[in-house]
Amino acid sequence: MSGLFDLPSDLQHSYLGLVGLHLREALIPVAAGLLLALPVAQLCVRLRWLYAPVLGLTTVLYAIPSLAFFVVLIDYTGQTETTVMIPLAVYSLVVLVPAIVDGVRSVPQETLDAATGMGLGPVRRYFQVQLPIAAPAIVAGLRVASVSSISLVSVGMLIGNQGALGNMLYTGMTYGRPRLIWLSVISTAVLAIAVDALLVLVRRILTPWMPRGTRPRPAVDPAAADRLATDGPGPAATARKDAAR
Amino acid sequence: MITFGSRAGGSCQTRRAFGVLIRIDAVTKRYPDGTVAVDRLSLDIPDGAITVLVGPSGCGKTTTLRMINRMVEPSEGRILIDGVDSRQQPVNTLRRSMGYVIQNAGLFQHRTIVDNIATVPRLLGWNKGKARDRARELMERVGLDASLAERYPYQLSGGQQQRVGVARALAADPPVLLMDEPFSAVDPVVRKGLQDELLRIQDELGKTIVFVTHDIDEAVKLGTMVAVLRTGGRLAQYAPPAELLSDPADAFVEDFLGADRGIRRLSFFSSAGLDLLTGPVVPAGATAEEIAARDTGGSPRLLVTDPEGRPLGWAEPDALAAGPVDAARLLSYGRPFVAGRDSLRAALDCAVLSPTGWAVAVDDTGRVTGVVSQQAIGDAIRTAHAAGAKTEGATGAEPDGTAEPGTDGTAAKAAR
Repeated sequence: MSGLFDLPSDLQHSYLGLVGLHLREALIPVAAGLLLALPVAQLCVRLRWLYAPVLGLTTVLYAIPSLAFFVVLIDYTGQTETTVMIPLAVYSLVVLVPAIVDGVRSVPQETLDAATGMGLGPVRRYFQVQLPIAAPAIVAGLRVASVSSISLVSVGMLIGNQGALGNMLYTGMTYGRPRLIWLSVISTAVLAIAVDALLVLVRRILTPWMPRGTRPRPAVDPAAADRLATDGPGPAATARKDAAR
Repeated sequence: MITFGSRAGGSCQTRRAFGVLIRIDAVTKRYPDGTVAVDRLSLDIPDGAITVLVGPSGCGKTTTLRMINRMVEPSEGRILIDGVDSRQQPVNTLRRSMGYVIQNAGLFQHRTIVDNIATVPRLLGWNKGKARDRARELMERVGLDASLAERYPYQLSGGQQQRVGVARALAADPPVLLMDEPFSAVDPVVRKGLQDELLRIQDELGKTIVFVTHDIDEAVKLGTMVAVLRTGGRLAQYAPPAELLSDPADAFVEDFLGADRGIRRLSFFSSAGLDLLTGPVVPAGATAEEIAARDTGGSPRLLVTDPEGRPLGWAEPDALAAGPVDAARLLSYGRPFVAGRDSLRAALDCAVLSPTGWAVAVDDTGRVTGVVSQQAIGDAIRTAHAAGAKTEGATGAEPDGTAEPGTDGTAAKAAR
């Protein structure tokens, strides 16, 4: 018995089954977060005064431990995947909202003027001009949110086996099986790296119009990077929080 | 389509009443904080011509332009497009019927050059193939190489991007083109190329162009009509460029035109009337007798030409008579002007540049047609001014400044 990827039956999944579950529990919240963040960010772009409070709110939400979320949510959604995914979706906002807002704001005023002057209404302007030009910044946000989400899914093990690869870690610890612990940790890391690489690829495919060797705007724009580092929970803050969990 | 002013050689005789395409009628723009950007401005923008709005920053020229396509809504007054209030049609329909070109082009960085140009045709519901065919056609018209079609804006130079901007504005063949300082951000050499290109395109297409600039030279070069605005958005003068240069309405306009308006005005006079002397022109192989027989018309030197009749340089008659001349020892003739096609300004410039003080006139193929002294050019300028004054006397009451000093139709601005 005991091939590298053989799992005890109480995990109820094969290794690949767990990987699939892990990806689903991690990425559906990011997708949901994106769907929520797009309109919120657009509101923040149109109503400038709204941005600071929204940013504050997402930060506060991000500061709530997932266990606390679970305790509240279990009454409504039970010990299910949904209970794990809702907090993850909420957490992704803290990265996605500023990423989209910065991306949309990075569209040059003259580009917008040209679009308006040529007769593109607000809706066309948003979908045909602002969103495509913001794509690199949005993908950059998605990378951080996805990696963070993949590492956070494991806490789902606390509410009865909803942690996917995290369950493997828990089982490994319970039964003293280092192989399962290592497999869980390394698999989670590999998943995070793979999803990140995939998103880089997506960005390349989406943005043939970017000068080669130029990185997405948040990374090039020192002002935006500074802002993220000081008054907003950017990638660095996220990483710190991940470590703390 | 007959152009409105003198640029394409329209003289007083051929000028006719033009249909006013855009009428700005007592328009005021007042912002909520009380700033008045444009103050009761009335302007009739002629059909098929380039009308330039020029003035210092803060004179409301861009605001005025943006009120035409309703990117800024007037606080008072109205704007009539072909007699119809601009507010009577949906704003985006209005904008799609007007090409819009801005500084730095404002290209869509995420779209290829053809797709940028095809923007408005696509908005108007053309299918993709037709819109792209049209885009490629326009690339050729504005002088862009077809190989750039699938490139992205970042791969183009500033001048090329601006050409794309012009092509994009022309894509749906709108009757009106609004251009907001389109050439301000490119270097002077590229700018001159773009200006010449615009004049050429305008000659071909006859659009109604409203052009905003802060550069009076650009205004005088491009404008069929020039509206000078002063700070606070009030009209200082509205006239054809030649009239602007000869009769500035007040000290502000005069100051804005700069110190050398007299010289620049010469651009509007043709060199065709100059009395060219052929006496001082001799072929390189002329004999001493031939040289002695020349009536030099007061020129102390003779212009030596090669067997094809192209100028070589100036020489003393005595040195020439003594035997064959060494081309290297001839005195430079400076730069020749094309008789008839170039303006008096070009002729005077040649005379000033020439070490002998005499300008060399050539034909289109570069053959010498004669020489003329600074003094003779001075006489021609006085004659031209006198003729201009007479024309003004005859038609001077006309507010649109039909009183043009041009003595004939060949004083094309292309000469500059």
